[in-house]
Amino acid sequence: MLSAEGLRHTFGEGRGQVVALDDVSFTLTSGQTLAIFGPNGAGKTTLLKVLAGLIRPQAGSVRIAGGRRAIGWIGHETHLYEHLTVRENLLFWASLYGMPAPRRGPRAAEVLGRLGLGDRADRPVWSLSRGLAQRASIAKALIHDPSVLLLDEPFTGLDLAAAAELRVLLGELRGRGAGGGGRVLVLATHNVDEGVELATDVAFQRRGRFVHLAPLGGRGPSEIAEAYRRAVEQRTGGVTDG
Amino acid sequence: MGEVLAQAWAVARKDLVLEFRTRTALVSAVVFAALVLTVFNFGRDPTAVPTIDLAPTILWVTFTFAAMLAMNRAFQLELENQALEGLLASPLSRTGLYWGKLVANLVFVAVVEAVGLPLFVLFFDVPVGRVLAPLVGVIALATLGFVAVGTLFSALVMRTRFAELLLVVILLPFLVPPLIGAVQVTARLFGGRPLSESVGYLKLLAAYDIVFVSLASFLFRFTVDE
Amino acid sequence: MSLAHKGRWITMVGLVCLAGVYVRALAFTPVERLQGPAQKIFYLHVPAALWTEAAMILVGLAGIFYLFLKDPRLDRFAAASAEVGTVFAIIVLTTGPIWGKPIWGTWWTWDARLTSTLFLFFLYVGYLLVRGAVRDPGVRARYAAVLGICGLCLVPFIHLSVFLFRTLHPQPIIVKPSAPSLPGSMLATWLFSLVAFSLLYVGFVTQRYAVGDTDHA
Ligand SMILES: Nc1ncnc2c1ncn2[C@@H]1O[C@H](COP(=O)(O)OP(=O)(O)OP(=O)(O)O)[C@@H](O)[C@H]1O
Ligand SMILES: [Mg+2]
Repeated sequence: MLSAEGLRHTFGEGRGQVVALDDVSFTLTSGQTLAIFGPNGAGKTTLLKVLAGLIRPQAGSVRIAGGRRAIGWIGHETHLYEHLTVRENLLFWASLYGMPAPRRGPRAAEVLGRLGLGDRADRPVWSLSRGLAQRASIAKALIHDPSVLLLDEPFTGLDLAAAAELRVLLGELRGRGAGGGGRVLVLATHNVDEGVELATDVAFQRRGRFVHLAPLGGRGPSEIAEAYRRAVEQRTGGVTDG
Repeated sequence: MGEVLAQAWAVARKDLVLEFRTRTALVSAVVFAALVLTVFNFGRDPTAVPTIDLAPTILWVTFTFAAMLAMNRAFQLELENQALEGLLASPLSRTGLYWGKLVANLVFVAVVEAVGLPLFVLFFDVPVGRVLAPLVGVIALATLGFVAVGTLFSALVMRTRFAELLLVVILLPFLVPPLIGAVQVTARLFGGRPLSESVGYLKLLAAYDIVFVSLASFLFRFTVDE
Repeated sequence: MSLAHKGRWITMVGLVCLAGVYVRALAFTPVERLQGPAQKIFYLHVPAALWTEAAMILVGLAGIFYLFLKDPRLDRFAAASAEVGTVFAIIVLTTGPIWGKPIWGTWWTWDARLTSTLFLFFLYVGYLLVRGAVRDPGVRARYAAVLGICGLCLVPFIHLSVFLFRTLHPQPIIVKPSAPSLPGSMLATWLFSLVAFSLLYVGFVTQRYAVGDTDHA
């Protein structure tokens, strides 16, 4: 379970002040996936960072069943050490999550296999392509079997096949949770086509504010795209924000 | 507590693996120490000032300057791919992170000192054999204090421009008490005087370690959280 | 009356007092027997040194309270106090050699007060550089608080190491008036000067604080 209540956050002061989060509230339970669509600078990354506990919001609160340990976060950056191998990175992150030493190795192998990195596990991260590094970063976020997954534009840099595979993987993760009840996924992207397939709920964010928040219902990608255009572009007269 | 220590160890081990794999920083620091020692040799007049009088100063200036190179590296490597953000989003406690960095820095500086000390003995022909054990003790005591402060400050400056320079400037006044203490004790050791003559300075060094290790462990969280 | 006005008034009163100190020192206080007229600078030097240190302690205390209360006014005070402390340190570091040259025969001596003030000066410079290097006001306040608290804890260590260095080393006997043994009239002048410097500190800090206020509004 993940809930946000009245989140508000600004950057800077005076005339240069930017409202990155403006009264954002929602609740998600296991099996739900919230896709957040918003133009560049809408505050999607800020929201995910607040949910991940990296930024303390100026107002509002976040509640996550299981706390910090339950979160897997895939950010803009890979969070990987370039001079360690993929496997070494995974083992390090596993140890931070308090996983007992004998379980780390098999778990790392399992996750690497799931992301198709089995044969590249012992290569240093600096030798990987952008897309492979992105996959390694996803593997790192899954190493401790999190029940809440925060994904900030996870498809960046992936080729078509890898993106499709990731979508399947995320679908599986959402459905089969650790306790059998499924996981919570929050997916932020500015590309409507990328997220709709996975979503059970959609939100449109603009200048920090959720201008639309509703279950997907029966709407298909084109309907969502149309609604998004109306909600975001019409009012800003453009595709960028803040 | 046990968990904090386990996390600290994980961080320290990761840092050391990274360091010994790339080796750039370590080799630079060692070479730097050797260079400083060499320059000191040409910067003095052996007929005017006996080596033994200058030796403690030479030793400690070399150690502290080389250590400052080491400390810059600690948090710079976490900025690569924003790994630090990942660390902060994980259950890693801030104290665990600080202690991990402190341990890695101490090992790093110890390696530099372990290479620097024999070089120093070789270049300046100082009789350290008799006083090796207390000398190592003093080195450990003084190093702990300023590395503790340096580790905290390197987190403070890591995101600023000219982080390396800024670190040196803000660290300088904090180096004074341990440096004075260490130089004085070392001089007495080299002079063959009993350790009991240095009690005042040893107490100073110990108090500095206790105060600044605990203070830095507490204050560290304010340097990384947003 | 605005804060800046009040600060200006307090500073004025402080300056008048300081002028009074000098009239008193030059005209009505006996010339020190061994040091001659050069000793007069001592009335400027010692109170400034005391306030250099007090300002650092206040920066540290403001830092402690800032970390708990998160009140930006505390940070603004710390910044003001650090700037004024820097100015006072410069006063000490320039008057020291002017005093030292005729008395000790050299511009610079590693005298305890001068040495500690020099280290405090470095501390202030570092503190102000860090403040200048961080753009986000919240982060800057936090970093400054951390550094200020460390500075506060460093003060006794600076004293201790300088003290140990002096007591354990045979030093040439220096003529140095220590406050309690001063003749009555000198002590009175000196205390008067301390009051003047306290007013100057409060006045400067108030003005600096007020300027910070409009910066952020
Ligand atoms: N550390 C920061 N300091 C100042 N401003 C910031 C900071 N981080 C974000 N912002 C501002 O906050 C707003 C929201 O940024 P955010 O990164 O959350 O947007 P986003 O929706 O993720 O955009 P994108 O699609 O480009 O990733 C932007 O205007 C950005 O400039
Ligand atoms: Mg973003």
